[in-house]
Formats: sequence, C-alpha cells, structure tokens
Amino acid sequence: MIDWLALAVALPLLGAVGAVMLPGRAPAIGLAGAVLTTSAALSVGLLVAQGTALRSDLGGWGAPLGIALAADGLSAALLVMANLVALCISVYALDYFGAGSRRHFWPLWLLLWAALNGLFLAADLFNLYVTLELLGISAAALGALTGRPEAVGANLRYLLVGLLGSMTYLLGVALLYAGLGTLDLKLAAAALTPGPLAWTVFALMVGGLLLKAALFPLHFWLPPAHAQAPAPVSAALSALVVKAAFYLVLRLWVDLFGAVTDGGAATLLGALGTGAVVWGSWRAFRAERLKLLAAYSTVAQVGYLFLFFPLLAEAPATQRQDLLGAVLLLALTHGFAKAGLFLSAGLLQKAAGHDRIADLGPSIQGLPAVALAIGLAGVALVGLPPSGTFIAKWVLLSSAIGSGQWWWAPAVVLGTLLASAYVFRVLANAFERGPRHGSLHDARGELAAAPVSIGRLAQAVPLLMTLIAVAVLGLEAEPLWDLLQARSP
Amino acid sequence: MPAGRTPVLITQLIYGLGGLVLFLIGIWSFLVHEPLLRKLIALNVMGAGVFHVLIAVAYRGLETIPDPVPHALVLTGIVVAVSATALALTLGLRLGHGDD
Amino acid sequence: MMAVRNLLIVAALAGIGVALAWVLWGILTGPAGDRLADLALARVPETGVSNPVTSVLLNFRAYDTLLELAVLLAAALGVWSTGKALPGFLPAGEVLRGLTATVVPLLVLSAGYMLWVGAHAPGGAFQAGALLGAAGVLLRLSGQPSAGLPALPWLRVGVGLGVLVFTLAALVLMAMGAGFLTFPLGIAKWLILVIETAATLAIGATLAAVYLAGEPLPASDAPCRQGGPRS
Repeated sequence: MIDWLALAVALPLLGAVGAVMLPGRAPAIGLAGAVLTTSAALSVGLLVAQGTALRSDLGGWGAPLGIALAADGLSAALLVMANLVALCISVYALDYFGAGSRRHFWPLWLLLWAALNGLFLAADLFNLYVTLELLGISAAALGALTGRPEAVGANLRYLLVGLLGSMTYLLGVALLYAGLGTLDLKLAAAALTPGPLAWTVFALMVGGLLLKAALFPLHFWLPPAHAQAPAPVSAALSALVVKAAFYLVLRLWVDLFGAVTDGGAATLLGALGTGAVVWGSWRAFRAERLKLLAAYSTVAQVGYLFLFFPLLAEAPATQRQDLLGAVLLLALTHGFAKAGLFLSAGLLQKAAGHDRIADLGPSIQGLPAVALAIGLAGVALVGLPPSGTFIAKWVLLSSAIGSGQWWWAPAVVLGTLLASAYVFRVLANAFERGPRHGSLHDARGELAAAPVSIGRLAQAVPLLMTLIAVAVLGLEAEPLWDLLQARSP
Repeated sequence: MPAGRTPVLITQLIYGLGGLVLFLIGIWSFLVHEPLLRKLIALNVMGAGVFHVLIAVAYRGLETIPDPVPHALVLTGIVVAVSATALALTLGLRLGHGDD
Repeated sequence: MMAVRNLLIVAALAGIGVALAWVLWGILTGPAGDRLADLALARVPETGVSNPVTSVLLNFRAYDTLLELAVLLAAALGVWSTGKALPGFLPAGEVLRGLTATVVPLLVLSAGYMLWVGAHAPGGAFQAGALLGAAGVLLRLSGQPSAGLPALPWLRVGVGLGVLVFTLAALVLMAMGAGFLTFPLGIAKWLILVIETAATLAIGATLAAVYLAGEPLPASDAPCRQGGPRS
C-alpha cells in the first residue's frame, strides 16, 4: 500500500542523499528527485481533490503517541503549487549553476524541498519545529551560496532571526505539551480551552512564526537575504519558504486556536499587514535593483495575506469559505508569479552582468520572452484581471466594505497603485529606444552583453510560470473552492 | 493536590522557572548584544531554557520513571541546535576572514 | 537612546516573564497529570527495545529522528558550501600526543558501548555519535588536519549514511505492506540497531566534519603550517 504523504517527504530525502554521495551526477539525480517528488505531491493533490482529506499515522502508532501526516484541501493545494514551482525552479537551475556550485546546490535544494513538503503535510506540533529548522538551515545555506560577503551576511542574519523564531515557537510547544499532554494538532485543538495557557501558547507560537513569515515590522531580514541569493534560490525563498510560514499561522489560527482567538489579535495582524503593504510597496517603488524590488514586493504581498485575518474573524460561517478560498488563491498566484519574476531577473542579471533597473534596457529588449514573463508577473502582482490576484483582492475589498471594516480598503488600493508604479518602472525600459547616458556607455554595455547566450529552456520556464499565475489560476479558480471542502473520512 | 506531590512540584517549579529565566536572558542578550558569537550563545541559552522546561515537565518523582517523550524531544532539540550553531559559526567565520 | 531602548527591552521581557511564570505555575499545579508518560511506558514492550527514551526516539517518533538526521546533513552541506577547510593546527607536543593516543581509542570504544547499551539503558545513537565527534575534534586539535575522517568521497557517504539507511528501511517496510516506519515486533530490535549504527557513524562524521569549517581538501594537498611543533 503506497503512502503518498510519506513518499512526498521521503523521495526528496533520498534524492538529497544520492546527490551528496554522487556529486558528479548531482544535477541528474536532482532532476530525477524533482520529478518523482512532484509526482508524489500531485498524487496527494488528486486524492484530496476527490473529496476526502488524507491522514497517515507513521509507524502505526496513532496519535497522541505517534506522529501523523495529514492533507486537507488547503494543504494539498499549497503542496501542489509548491511542488510545481519547485519543479520549474529545478529545470531552470540545471543551467544556472556552474560546475563548482552544482554539487552544493542540489543536495541542499532537495533537503529544502523535503522540508517544505514535510511542513505542508505535518500534523504534529513538535515535528513542525524540526521541519522548520530543516527549512531554515537549508534556506540560509542556499542563500549564501554565492559566497559574496553581502550574501553571507544577509543570510547569516536570516539564520539567526529564524532561530529566534524557532526557539520561541518551541517554548510554546513545550508549554502546550505540559498543559494538554499531547503534541498532535487535532487532539490539542480538541483539548484547548480559552484561558491564559491558550493565550500564552498562541502568542509564543504565532509570534515565532511571524518572524519567519516576515510580517512588518519583523520583515527587516528579508529584502537583503532574498536579493543577494542566487536567482533560483530567491525564487524559492520568496515564493515558497515565506508562504510556508504564513500557511502555518493560518493553519494554527483556524484549526488550533479557533475557539480562542478574538478580534484583538486579528486586528493586530491586520494592522501589521497594512503596514507591510504600504511600506513594502513604497520601498519596492524606490528600489534601484530588480531583485531588491521583487523582495520588497514579497513583503507587501505577505501583508495582503495577513489582511484576511480580521475579515475572517468577523465573517459569518457562509463567508468564511469564500475568504479562505481567496487567501489560498492569492497565495498560489503569488507563488507562481514571484518565482517567475525572480527567475526572469536572474536571466537579465546573467545577460547584463548586473540588475540595476535603470540600465537593464538593452537586456530586456534582447530577451523578449523574459520581458513578456516580467509583464505577466507584473499583471499578477498588481492584480489585473484575469489573474488570480484580481479575484482575491476583489473578495478582500468587498468583504472589508461589506462587513463594515472599510478601513482595510485604502491600504489595498494604495498598495495596488504603488505596485502598478513599480511594475511599469521596470517595463518602461523595455520600450526605450536610443542611448541614455551617452553612446560610449551603451556600446560598452552591449559588448559585454553580447557573448552571454541565455538558453531557450531557461527563458521558457519563467514564462510558463507567470502564464499559470495569470491565466490558469485566474480563469480556473472554481475548483479551489471545492477543494477546500475536502473533509476527513 | 495530593500531599505526596509537593516535592515533585517543588523540583518541577525550580527547573521550570529556571528554564524560563534562561529563556528570557537569552532573548535579552540576543536583542542587546551585537557580536555574532554573543548572539549565538544567547540562542543556545534560550534553547537550554526551553529544554529545562521540558525536563521539568517530564519529572515525576524519584521513584517513578520519568515521562520519556519530553526527554526525546530535548535530545532532538539539542542536535538541531548544534547543527544550526555550526552553520552560523561557519558563515560568521567566512565573513570575518573575507576572501581566504 | 540606546539606554532607553535597553530599558524598554528589559521591562518588556520582565513582564513577559511574569506572565509565563504564572502560566507555568498554573500548568504544574493543574490537573495535567501524567500526560503521555503512562501511555508510552505501557507500550514500550511493543517496540523491540526496553529503554523508554530509545523507543520514543526510534519507534514512536521515528519520523522526528529521521528529519533530525536530515538537519545534521543540511548543516554539514551548508558548512561545505562555504569554502575550503581551514588549515589545521600544529602537530601536537609530547604530552598531548600521548594523551590523544590513549583517549581517542577509549572514546571509540565507549561510542560502541553506548550504541549497544542504548537498547536497554541510557544511551543510544546520538550519545555514541557525540563521542565519535569528540574523538574527531580531539584529533584535529592535536594536529591531524582531517580530524580522523576518511577522504572526501567516503566522507560524503559517511554523512549521508544515517538518512539513507533510515529512509530505505522505511520505504522497504512500506513496500512490504507494514507501513512507512512501522517496525514489525519480531525484527524491531535488530532494525533499530542497524539504523542506530548508521546514525552513529553519520552523526560522528558530521560533528567532526563541521569542525573543519569547510570542505576538506584531498589528502595530498593538506597544507602544514610554517614552523615546527610548539615545544
């Protein structure tokens, strides 16, 4: 009997070990591991899509003694998105890394992937801690892969901040076990009653996770770390790793602390989300470099995700499914779009030798597929129809105004305007003609750009991803709402 | 509560509250001190604090076998903390030495 | 300004501390009772080992241990990705060399004992691996640049061995119908021993390898420091 949940974690682990022991064949083993893992994740998604949530008791010991893996609609959808994005990143990375870095990238990348899958499928609170640590360590190591001092420094800070968050989360788990006698998510949710214990555990666990999700003002570590990492790693960090931390906050909020949380905490999260949207969008607008712009855009997008919490807290039961569907759609769309943007930025950086937005004109014009990908990513980030972001923001705004909490709306509008501004800033270079600073500067730039050829496959990948974000997720969003209905057998 | 539980409770409180104090000292040091090594020591002290709390929760008296689950959690936590510290130290080393 | 900020931090943490202490007091004096202890201790005979902590680590919560070995592997890979290993220490003087020659074999022997005894007394893979790691650190401190580790191709096998054996065992059990990480009672003891042996080697190799702070050079290229041994 095949346990697809366990396979989704075991296959990338095996791939990582294979890539470690056979470094000469690391890319081939890495790609094979990527394909197999994605198949396992797709199987999980298909099974859940047929209506029932999955649960697997590892070791045959039921909860509370053993550890369980579980997948319902929410986690299955994010699992599928994460694996498809990771597969695209893997294909892109085949060409990206030189001979020296390859043997380091692939095993760490597969370990990061195993941690992601393990996180989305986890149903045990201490197991989540170990998974979070695996995620943090491999992400920081990958981010520092270029070896440049700025990259190492930024990712060291990421590692330290991540450890602070994990330790806080762990204290919450310790107190929860002390008070309830179980580490299983479902059993703990059943046993938890409102009171000082619930509040303390909630503050510790969610507080630790907010550091990892980079919610304003705890976002300071994100822009340098994501901007300095190699492009495939930046894509994974912004699109997947940060999303995983947000998923955990959402999961704990809805499943574990559902009876406990009230409007106060939700309003706080909403207020911080507003700050993230405004501050992140403004800094993105002011950014000089493309990857830094994309990183700040992630800060803003995380803010949008957290804006759903106050609405969820006030919404009647009928509207909750709509809101959950919208936040899921926003997370999925942003995953594909942001990864596509970072991969495109990586291609431009390779072609031009730098990623200063003002000087990227010749490179963008030389790579029309990449320009199109950036354009589509921009559509998805701003929230123009038919992208999934448009639907999600529509639900967000109508729910805010409909439930009388209109004060969340101005931030969304302002953030969208700023997003349009910074997207057009980047794309404006694609339409420029003629020299800007003087012919000598441009002649040198073009000479430097000419010999570097960007593979067709590498260009196709971000284009495909942003197409999914804009077209597929926007037009085919209906099944998501059905997916969320999947209940335990 | 039963009278026989008091010595157990006192021991649990000593180690549990001591663990919380360590945890808070760790956070304070992490936020206040700048050098990398001090931040890493602060994180490890935080970890030690959480492990103290877990061990305190596991204690059930001198005659009773303690709860094995928190002990296993602490073992796992120690290994994870050591791994993370090793990576952080190496990254810090590379920063300090520049381009050797 | 800094003094005000530090004061605010101390005040905030003191407040949080009081709240946490109150919650902990409430928990410990409350009715939580024995939590999972009785349930776990009652089912220890079904795990194949008699040490309760080993049965939790290697049977009830074996998945946690698998991921933990993966964390160790990730740390080793991360350390290797930062660059080459630092040059070693000077060769040891008389006293250190003599002590090392005595202590390291004892450490290795103790590690083996720890591994074996972990099934029925305090001990196990992590303790044994830590002893092996300590032996490696001692060797490096006394002048051996490779910390007693094998050359790179074999070292790669060494650090990955724990995750490899554990995952393969779990997958084989799943293919045989028992379930992922479900150890049938008859073979549980030996299966756990095999997994723990692989884990011990991996943990010892990893702990010694990260002490090098980088990827080891091939044996012939290991640089020696200038000058002779310290007298």
